[in-house]
Amino acid sequence: MKKFYLSCLLLAPLFINAQTEIDGIMMSKNNFCFGAVYQHSSWDEYWEGTFKRENLNLGTVSTKSITLNGNYGVSDNLNIIFSLPYVETKASAGTMEGQKGLQDLSLTIKYMPFEKTIGKATYSLYVLGGLSAPVSDYSADYLPLSLGLRSKTASLRLMGDYQRGRFFTTLSGAYVKRANITIDRDSYYTDEIHYTNEVDMPDAISVNYRIGYRSNRLIAEAVLDNWVTQSGGFDITKNNMPFPSNTMNALKVGVNTKYTLRKIPALSIIGGCNFVTQGRNVGQSNTFYGGLFYILNLKKTVQENEK
Amino acid sequence: MKNKIQKIAYNSILVLFLTLNYSCSDELTERNEQFPQLNPANTDDLAGTWKTFLLTAPDEFSLDAPIATTAAAFTREINEIKSYQASVTPEQKKIIKYWSAGGVLRWNEIMRTLVARHNRPPYQNEDGTYPAPSAASPFANPEFPFSNPPYAARAYAYVSAAQYDAMIATWHYKKLYNRAAPFTVDATLPVLIPKSTLPSYPSEDAVLAGVTVELLKLLFPTEIAYIQEKAEEQKLYRIISGANVRSDVDAGIILGRKIAGKFIARAASDGTGAAIGNQALWTQLESQTAATGETPWKSLDVPARPPMLPLFGKVKSFLMTPEMVVASRPVPPPSTKSEQFAKELAEVKRYGQNATRKNMQIVTFWADGVGTYTPPGHWNAIASETFVALNYSEVRWARNLALLNIAMMDAAISCWDAKYTYFNPRPSQVDPSIKTLTGTPNFPSYVSGHSTFSGAASVVLSHLVPVKAQSFVAMAKEASDSRMFGCIHYRSDCEKGLELGEKVGGFAVARALIDGAE
Repeated sequence: MKKFYLSCLLLAPLFINAQTEIDGIMMSKNNFCFGAVYQHSSWDEYWEGTFKRENLNLGTVSTKSITLNGNYGVSDNLNIIFSLPYVETKASAGTMEGQKGLQDLSLTIKYMPFEKTIGKATYSLYVLGGLSAPVSDYSADYLPLSLGLRSKTASLRLMGDYQRGRFFTTLSGAYVKRANITIDRDSYYTDEIHYTNEVDMPDAISVNYRIGYRSNRLIAEAVLDNWVTQSGGFDITKNNMPFPSNTMNALKVGVNTKYTLRKIPALSIIGGCNFVTQGRNVGQSNTFYGGLFYILNLKKTVQENEK
Repeated sequence: MKNKIQKIAYNSILVLFLTLNYSCSDELTERNEQFPQLNPANTDDLAGTWKTFLLTAPDEFSLDAPIATTAAAFTREINEIKSYQASVTPEQKKIIKYWSAGGVLRWNEIMRTLVARHNRPPYQNEDGTYPAPSAASPFANPEFPFSNPPYAARAYAYVSAAQYDAMIATWHYKKLYNRAAPFTVDATLPVLIPKSTLPSYPSEDAVLAGVTVELLKLLFPTEIAYIQEKAEEQKLYRIISGANVRSDVDAGIILGRKIAGKFIARAASDGTGAAIGNQALWTQLESQTAATGETPWKSLDVPARPPMLPLFGKVKSFLMTPEMVVASRPVPPPSTKSEQFAKELAEVKRYGQNATRKNMQIVTFWADGVGTYTPPGHWNAIASETFVALNYSEVRWARNLALLNIAMMDAAISCWDAKYTYFNPRPSQVDPSIKTLTGTPNFPSYVSGHSTFSGAASVVLSHLVPVKAQSFVAMAKEASDSRMFGCIHYRSDCEKGLELGEKVGGFAVARALIDGAE
């Protein structure tokens, strides 16, 4: 039986979007894990359609964020997860003012309907349903310095995990449905002018593959993530401005680690990085993050209170 | 217990997905798709006598007399309509719905799309210089044109003015030949749009297609295929809907093309081609301002970009002589060394430091920057949505948009004249700590282009639709303020820009009073 007693969030943030817990681990019943993650992401080249370029009027575009996260184990195979990032954007050159503020709150229900151990190998399946919505009145129509895309999203992810001894591999795929957004203009151009303040946001498919080492003390994994915008998006044309409903694709590679302290087993430290290697209408971001998580057993607290 | 959890999990995920499917309906409701079919309350029967812009007389270009409605050939033309109507495809119904809102309106919308599509500054060369778009090789990099605000203002003005003159000629010939519409000749013919009481030769829609296509070929040469496709749709719509026979349409195209020629000849020699200037001029602008002791404007683009169309102030106007441009020129801006300037700079900085969400909305709403239809396009959109409710005849639509767009072209000329006379710096040039909430335009600050365009537009529209005057003035003020809130203009730029716009808009209003339409 795989032990997931001290598992916590390993985050694979994509753009600055809502982050979903997509590792093959569950919080055990009545445990509440919470923490904060600081992240720094920056790019100085981006893809205008398929054309890779720099923009000296932006210099380096950086995004810093602090995200509050929590994961509650309703049962050993049902977790509820939330995350809420505070984001700050900045361009190192040019005259454009950066932005800061709360971005999108995301809630995920993670359910493990199947787990079976055969010999040394454990197989498990997961279903994750997620919702996200902006919690502040930030503008999406301020790319590349907007805090996010504002779209309310709902996602369904199916995930399979295989663990043999301390080595594991996880594969998951998600369909992300994105709701229309409204912007501060009453018309905008995609391939023709639309006379409305509402923007149809293309959906996306996300595929995530992880492989690595997993024990109660240490988790270390390599991640390959591919985010592909579905039909309805469009490319930034030559030397044009980006727009929220652009096709935004990104292939990323990265590393995630988590270490649980020997002396304080409720406390863990996470850290990692990821790099966009191929993209379309996105910046070629290099991202680094680190954070702390703490686990509370709420059942114990309740029992103590009852006494 | 286990079952209960399973149930909760499945139900939660199910509910989530149902919510999702209901809440994320992707259908957009676009305002221009809701426009009703044009059914003018007043057909402006006497418009053939209204004052034209370039035509010396409404019949300067001849149009052959049509065949009689009693001729066998005419019956065959009616049979063509009937054969189309026997099976109208959904695609054809869509075309009818689109074009029946009005030809002047739809061509104006098409132009706004073309302007937005081409409103992109050239991308730099490897060596940090910039290539210039060339009308002679429009498909080269960068594509021709770069439809920035002055280019766009002029383009809207030429098309609108040509359409107006073409409609005057059309009304003249309609009255002269007085050929009945197909549905009047054959009462059994179904008509898919509101019936017009006007004679139908030549077709006003075909004249519009003829004149507009020729001008757009000149203004947006890489878009000819797209433009032709629209024109074919418009012609087809008239025949399928039963509003015109083939000979109404053919005659209209011929007349429209002839009239376009006159405007194209004028455009070729109005000075726009030379407005980009050259290195010697750019250097001279800088040194002559420095010689006065003032801080000359510098491009804040990286790499530095030559100033946008420094000689646009010399472009030939429809209503202003060069002397009138100079006479309308605003007083000099506050010296960069003055107390007044320091005060205005500090005000801009405050707007940046205390950017409220409301101010950001205003900045974005009126930004009309790269990749948009520009401020003149924005005012065309405002005007169009106003005019739709007023159910104008095509000739009045053309007249009112011509007055509006000629006023905004004059705003561009006068504003650019002021900008390159004074050549003063943007706030972020003087104080690099000032960050902006919208892109910093690549031309001098005084006076604000948005303010000048908006002042001119609000004066003309207030004259045309007096009941909405208050709202036009308020919109112009907000558009003007938006540039200060965005930290790219000082208060003087905005206030003097509005004043200048109102002044040049007055020339179009003066013309409106005597053109015979009021």
